Amino acid sequence: MTRQGQAGRQGADVRSDCHVACELRDQGGIDLAVESKVATMFGKKIREQVHGVLAEMKVEHATVRVQDGGALPFTLDARVEAAVRAADPSLTRGTLPDPIPGWDGKTRRDRFRRSRLYLPGNEPKFMINAGLYGADALILDLEDSVAPMHKFAARYLVRNALRALDFGGAERMVRINQGSLGLEDLDVILPHNVHLVLIPKVESADHVREVDERVVRHLGKDHGVLLMPIIESAKGGWFAYDIAMAAPSVIALAIGLEDYTADIGTQRTKEGKESLWLRQQVVNAARAAGVQPIDTVFSDVADAEGLRASVIEAKELGFDGKGCIHPRQIPIIHEAFAPTGQEIDKAVKIVCAFDKAQEQGLAAVSLGSKMIDPPVVKRALHTVQLAVACHLLPADWKSQEVSS
Amino acid sequence: MSALVENAAGRLVPTEINGRPAVPFQGVDKYRPTGRKAGPPIRSCADYPADGNKVVGSLREALEKCGVKDGMTVGTHHHFRNGDFVANAVIDTLADMGVRDMVWAPSASFPCHAPMVRHLDSGVMHHIEGSMNGPLGEYCSAGKMRGLGVLRSHGGRFQAIQDGELHIDLAVIAAPSADPFGNANGVSGANACGPLGFALADSLYADHVIVVTDNLVPFPCVPWQIQGQNVDFVVVQDRIGDPNQIVSGTTQVTRSPDRQLIADQIARFVAETGIMRDGFSFQAGAGGITLAFALYLKELMRKAGVKARFIRGGSTKYLVDMLQEGFTDYILDGQTFDLDGVRSMREDPKRHLDTSPFTSYNFHGKGNFASLLDCVVLGATEVDRAFNANVVTHSDGALLHGIGGWQNCLTSKCTILAVPSFRDRIPVILDRVTTLCGPGELIDVVATERGIAINPRRQDLLEAAKNCTVPIRTIDEIADEVNRLTGGPPETPVLGDKVVAAIKWVDGTVIDSVRQSRGL
Repeated sequence: MTRQGQAGRQGADVRSDCHVACELRDQGGIDLAVESKVATMFGKKIREQVHGVLAEMKVEHATVRVQDGGALPFTLDARVEAAVRAADPSLTRGTLPDPIPGWDGKTRRDRFRRSRLYLPGNEPKFMINAGLYGADALILDLEDSVAPMHKFAARYLVRNALRALDFGGAERMVRINQGSLGLEDLDVILPHNVHLVLIPKVESADHVREVDERVVRHLGKDHGVLLMPIIESAKGGWFAYDIAMAAPSVIALAIGLEDYTADIGTQRTKEGKESLWLRQQVVNAARAAGVQPIDTVFSDVADAEGLRASVIEAKELGFDGKGCIHPRQIPIIHEAFAPTGQEIDKAVKIVCAFDKAQEQGLAAVSLGSKMIDPPVVKRALHTVQLAVACHLLPADWKSQEVSS
Repeated sequence: MSALVENAAGRLVPTEINGRPAVPFQGVDKYRPTGRKAGPPIRSCADYPADGNKVVGSLREALEKCGVKDGMTVGTHHHFRNGDFVANAVIDTLADMGVRDMVWAPSASFPCHAPMVRHLDSGVMHHIEGSMNGPLGEYCSAGKMRGLGVLRSHGGRFQAIQDGELHIDLAVIAAPSADPFGNANGVSGANACGPLGFALADSLYADHVIVVTDNLVPFPCVPWQIQGQNVDFVVVQDRIGDPNQIVSGTTQVTRSPDRQLIADQIARFVAETGIMRDGFSFQAGAGGITLAFALYLKELMRKAGVKARFIRGGSTKYLVDMLQEGFTDYILDGQTFDLDGVRSMREDPKRHLDTSPFTSYNFHGKGNFASLLDCVVLGATEVDRAFNANVVTHSDGALLHGIGGWQNCLTSKCTILAVPSFRDRIPVILDRVTTLCGPGELIDVVATERGIAINPRRQDLLEAAKNCTVPIRTIDEIADEVNRLTGGPPETPVLGDKVVAAIKWVDGTVIDSVRQSRGL
């Protein structure tokens, strides 16, 4: 029986990644060959690390070939492990390299999710600095951006990225695959402080519950992992409310339009009238269920004005966030979701009136002669938070408000 | 090979270079050569044609008339950058004429000069005094060159010519336009490439000067960036260079998000620390990050309603746009990095000014424009925790780049090095740079995608940056984080004992030496 496995990418243009080919044998010890463009500076460390992972996985006899284009240690580690496991799935490892300090920060259900940057799950070079761009969330994607032949290896890379990279203030998201493949994804990426799991092509509440149950199996009932089902079919649209209510861990509904337009037998257009029903349906279902409606990605990276218009339209329809595929889209999305000066002024007045009513122990909030309803107060609090997040209002605006 | 001594920067350097004594670096502004400047030999107009026609039939004829000899030093210039046809033609002709052991002193070399390897191998060329990259860098790094390579900055080449350390026996100047008397410029003609400032010192100090042109115009050729009374012979050739090749990879705005982030953060830093104010000045040359910096800064200038007094080139389309849109009164230009720069210099000569290393970079000048700049953004291959920087060698120790004007620009009021915190896996901030090119005391800011580090010597800048929206971190914080990420610090490359090149400081002293690379 041949027991061969490989992981990673080969070729002269490969940067920040490596390719590992592994053949398990019954005798002969470890035969390791490393070819690296950073051999002068890291040759010794690369060899040490590969031997370390092999020992960790109790591999004693193997031929291992590493072609390295400057992979960082978290990538090399993932590639070696994936190659060994591909050769023999029964081989597991004891411990993982230590995670970086601060990797275990928590998220909140009600945080902003204006921008979420998709990162292909098998491309280390896009992940490494992704935390620097100020996105509200980063999505390590195991689904559409990973070719079938790389799906297996990508899981280990994503797991290691979750432990080794600084995501900055971004929420840590993973998009798993559909069906049983997605459940297996969870077996590798949990429990590595995944804040949120995006579930693609959801068409029923059961589908969500299946994922939730798998998370429960790994982390227990109060697992704290949030779920964001993606609605991208006619059926999913029809059952959107049920899907949003499927489990308490669902905190948002996202929408995907490429598959949806194909599903209803039409094509995606720039003005998007073919998807208007679904977008409104998702906003309504999400709001009815008390979760966030999140819009799809805008995929033309070069078209900044088109993106801006698309975000403004999403905001007008009631969406709270937009997906993106390039860091330069992030500031545009944040600007477009930012409240206007008028909106901020009004919200500040309402929040101040609310505070005053609280102080005086009054049940009703009034501004001038007008009574303010609780949902309006809630909306105003949200606007003020958003204004602070967008640097349009200082974080300590209340003290400044008082002193002025 | 002479014994090596430790210089004031703690680097081991030779005290003798190619048979002549060399002074080890003594510290910034510590060394002052004395005496009188070198001068060219006395000539008499009676020996030149009274009708002003110095055109001869071929390059070979001109070289023969100048007189060639073994061991001579030949100067050529890089205003065509990677599109130069003349330097190769000159050395090929000298080889045909049987010259041996010559020294090539280009103001810079480019990949197009790879054929010089053949002349080094055959014994025609003894060594190179100028930048070495690509195949020439590899050749020198491998220890194959017979003499010691000498790397100087643009200003350092002028300093060395003026104090007699570098004597040019013969200069050959590629000129996109010239008249039969030898007046020449680079801004007109089908192959216009920009100013000819790098050739100016050679035209004044070399024993013999040949102008090679592919666009002979009737006297007078104006503007005369090179003056005919310094020229011995004029040669007309079919094509002296390809100006499209002056545009290279380093003259495109970066598309990398990480590098755009660096550029954006530097622009905000410059704006928020008050460096950007009405009447300020800056230099942003070639290089993807610096070009992007200029674009981001322009937007911040627009928002703040600020106008610069002058911008120093190398000019590009982006700087030319700023001039035309009223963001600066002047561009002071030493070289043009694209054809928009060439056109602007030709068509807008009252605002887009031709400057040379004599005005801006020369240690023997009575002051330099470079030190008047409010800020300059430069690159580097490596920096260390004391802000010392390397610009010539890769972290494996192999020669990779020339110094260019880099050392000369360090005297600006705020010198900012724009560098990614690591390349592939290799950290850019090290404990010790492989080759020292610029002392840390002259480098004020190291700007990476992970934040901006201000040199602790600049307490004023640290104070000014207090409310900056850009992350301000210590250089140690950034270096430590990158070491964690990359598994660094990397192993120090094991280099040979043999010294293959000397790095000159702007005053002519030796700031560091380059060792033979083992891997090559």
